[in-house]
Amino acid sequence: MKTSADCVIIGGGVVGTAVAYYLAKRGMTDCVIVEADYLSSGATGRCGGGIRQQWSTEANTRLAIESVKLFAGLEEELGADIEFLQGGYLVLAYTEEDERQFEKNVALQRVLGLDVQILSPADINEKVVPELNVDGVRMATYCAQDASANPFLTTQAYADAARRLGVTIELFTPVTKILTEGGRIAGVETTRGRISAPIVVNAAGSHSVPIAATAGIDLPIKPYRREILVTEPLERFFHPMIISFSFGIYFRQVKHGAVIGGYGDPAEPPGFNQTSSLKFLRTMSWKLSRLMPRLNTVKVVRQWAGLYDITPDAQPILGELDELPGFFQANGFSGHGFMICPKVAVLLAQAITGEEPDMDIERLSARRFADGRITQDRSVV
Amino acid sequence: MKEDVIICRCEDITYGEIVEAVRGGLTTTEEIKRILRCGMGPCQGRTCSRLIARIISQETGVPVAEVRFPVVRPPTRPVEIGVMAAGGPPDGNPSGGEYDED
Repeated sequence: MKTSADCVIIGGGVVGTAVAYYLAKRGMTDCVIVEADYLSSGATGRCGGGIRQQWSTEANTRLAIESVKLFAGLEEELGADIEFLQGGYLVLAYTEEDERQFEKNVALQRVLGLDVQILSPADINEKVVPELNVDGVRMATYCAQDASANPFLTTQAYADAARRLGVTIELFTPVTKILTEGGRIAGVETTRGRISAPIVVNAAGSHSVPIAATAGIDLPIKPYRREILVTEPLERFFHPMIISFSFGIYFRQVKHGAVIGGYGDPAEPPGFNQTSSLKFLRTMSWKLSRLMPRLNTVKVVRQWAGLYDITPDAQPILGELDELPGFFQANGFSGHGFMICPKVAVLLAQAITGEEPDMDIERLSARRFADGRITQDRSVV
Repeated sequence: MKEDVIICRCEDITYGEIVEAVRGGLTTTEEIKRILRCGMGPCQGRTCSRLIARIISQETGVPVAEVRFPVVRPPTRPVEIGVMAAGGPPDGNPSGGEYDED
């Protein structure tokens, strides 16, 4: 294993591999990714793979729009199939509060150039998903350019492209300590030795917190279990990701044909528990059965869980820390890291290499928690 | 040809494809599962995992007993959504979202 590098990236998820790729593409090729397990073994490989542009804040919507543009060119750029599909996102409103919020969201999203439609329950069945049970649905918003991709293949594609540019990837190598010297970052200590580096990127999802704590840094991120299941494959019968914040669900049909989906249990306590529960299997089955009755005779083949790394405002922490120069964060994605990863990784690579980031990332800096400048996005599922 | 022998029957993955994946750097059954889908089908790896572990062992020289197996995930057997949905949600809340605590 290398003992020094220009940059060490902790975490071989989609964020870590993408940051490495965009750094190498900018000429910083002496990067090492250290991953505690295997590529996409954490939150990335456990996520639903949705890529949504319909957000309630301007900043998130812009970040998502730019990410979709990058995703759309990724298969060609990285030379690999990532199962990118623009099947749209259908967001269902069940309450008056949903409806009021969605009207505001759509007005904002349209100003930013997103093609979003407001659909009546009848429109949903006629134009988008004939088999969806719309009982209780008041309206929906639909953006046909929202998308999905395969998180494993996307991470592997970024990793392979980064390797071709000279990046080294050390798997099964947990970081045990952040090394500092004279108030600056100095590298990392791993189970297989030390790597000294003037720049370290902490992209380890929920595990970013205990890692930063070894340098006395307290990141305001809490891990929450989120469960998910997948069915046997079916011939394609719907295209969009279907979600609802008030009903609590998201599900889509992947390229392979399986239906994959989950919901967040608001009663879930924080913690690193990643076990699967019978309660989830029963509740999710009931939700799917109600919204898509044809799934009653379809079998669930597997369920699993992953961790959302949630910040107080459900926005990521991005950029260099004032208290430890050279120590960059790319964590706290709060359940939507995969979908905004491409643009976020580009912006971080720009910041690290001293380029002027082409979007403002100051609002995502850890400073916002100390200053109290936080804006909650209401569109988190 | 040995290369064309199907190792994962659920997803039609051949011996040749698995050898290529191991030579490309995927050295655990977990990684091969995520890229090639072996173990994601109805049998959940019951048929192919041992065979894949043997191929990894042959290719890498790691003893087969030390090759990591995929995590076993529920349900034990594929189960119909309608069966699990019967009786309504465990929390008894028809609108979902916020749950009433009993």
